[in-house]
Amino acid sequence: MMFNVIVILVLAVILLAAAVYAVAQKDLLYAVLATGVISLILSVFFFIMQAPDVALTEAAIGIALTTIIFIITIRNTSRREDEVPVEHEPDRVDKESKIIKQ
Amino acid sequence: MKKLLVILLLAVVAYSLGTALMSVKFGENRLGKVQDEETVSAFYLNNTPEKLSVANVVTAIVVNYRGFDTLGEVSVLFLAAMGLGSILYHRHKEGEEEEAILKPSSQLVQAGSKLIFPAILVLGAYVFIHGHLTPGGGFQGGAIIATGFLLMMMAYKDYKVSHKVLTWVESIAGVTFAGIGMWGLIVSQSFLENTLPIGTLNNLFSGGIIPIIYVAVGFKVAAELTGVLDTLLNIKDKH
Amino acid sequence: MNLDTNLLMSIGVYGSAIGLILIGLYAVLIKKHLTKIVIGLSIIDAGIHLLFIAIGYISGGTAPIFSPAGEKIVANGGIMVDPVPQALVLTAIVIGFAVTAVALSLVIRLYRHHHTARIDQIKSLKW
Repeated sequence: MMFNVIVILVLAVILLAAAVYAVAQKDLLYAVLATGVISLILSVFFFIMQAPDVALTEAAIGIALTTIIFIITIRNTSRREDEVPVEHEPDRVDKESKIIKQ
Repeated sequence: MKKLLVILLLAVVAYSLGTALMSVKFGENRLGKVQDEETVSAFYLNNTPEKLSVANVVTAIVVNYRGFDTLGEVSVLFLAAMGLGSILYHRHKEGEEEEAILKPSSQLVQAGSKLIFPAILVLGAYVFIHGHLTPGGGFQGGAIIATGFLLMMMAYKDYKVSHKVLTWVESIAGVTFAGIGMWGLIVSQSFLENTLPIGTLNNLFSGGIIPIIYVAVGFKVAAELTGVLDTLLNIKDKH
Repeated sequence: MNLDTNLLMSIGVYGSAIGLILIGLYAVLIKKHLTKIVIGLSIIDAGIHLLFIAIGYISGGTAPIFSPAGEKIVANGGIMVDPVPQALVLTAIVIGFAVTAVALSLVIRLYRHHHTARIDQIKSLKW
């Protein structure tokens, strides 16, 4: 019983630290990895509270798939949060909604 | 100024959640006696091993007692995959060369992933076939299979998953799910009614329509998630 | 000593669930970069799922599966935890992933058009 309590408290501290790190970090790649760590610890919590189906689902979907779609988004947008964009006029479109190359 | 207001709002939310959770004691037994069936959960726990012969009560709830909600969830996943594909649509102009988005990976990764990919597929299939006996089910197995395809897509530069096959698999699985529901409606006047023979507890062929529906859901979720990942990984870079 | 461990466990689990919801809400309201806002949404989802499963837990209970071992436990007078919140959270996790995927595709599309992903730099609302 005591062992259970210690494990839960240690995991809760790591969980909140990872959440604060995910929100405060300016480099988005590390923030996304911290979100993966949150899913991992959450899966362990679900197992401790006797819910094996939910733990399997959170592990399969939250750790692998959510992290990968975030990383693909970072690759297609900017890597850092405080990036100042280059001055660029927005693309103009013609009558058939095709983008006119400047 | 805005930060102050937000912190005030967060304090109000924390206070209200905290006082509300003070009255919900952690670990208290709210089910009552299971045989008396005073609550809905007690009813599910009491009737699942006898009336349905299914070992996993969560599977019985998701597929049989609340099966219509699972049909809704599967259609939400389908809508998400469709929305993603249409938002990221890029018309291919002629003469535009297809540049690869990923660098080729090392020899170790390529050889290893070719070895481990069938094992991941078998694990995913095992999880969704035995969904009514052990923890698992359609969604978990589908996600595992999609992760296997993701491994192959990232190890090999030009690993293509045929979109036609994915579309057919997904459509047939969805039609199977809805078709079993309509069959229940025709035979015994209730959508998704359990009509096949029940069998004995802890057998592979038990539980009536529950394993069949979960196999269909497993295939559908695997095909959808693979399609989503394929769409995302093939975004052509503009610069 | 018995009540003390229960109080510590409830503070640990409920506290982390409420903490996750608050941190995610802060990220959604204050941050300016769109990907960071979607990360905040995902953290709020995680907190709510933890809260659900924590409410459905019964101390001394076991997983709601009637395997041969589970049947033996029930025959000896044991109890099982509440299966209904687990079924709800199973659906909620999958739908949360679907919503995150569509939100990120919108972020990619916005970046392609405006060449920035910060909401205080997107000013051209002419279209």
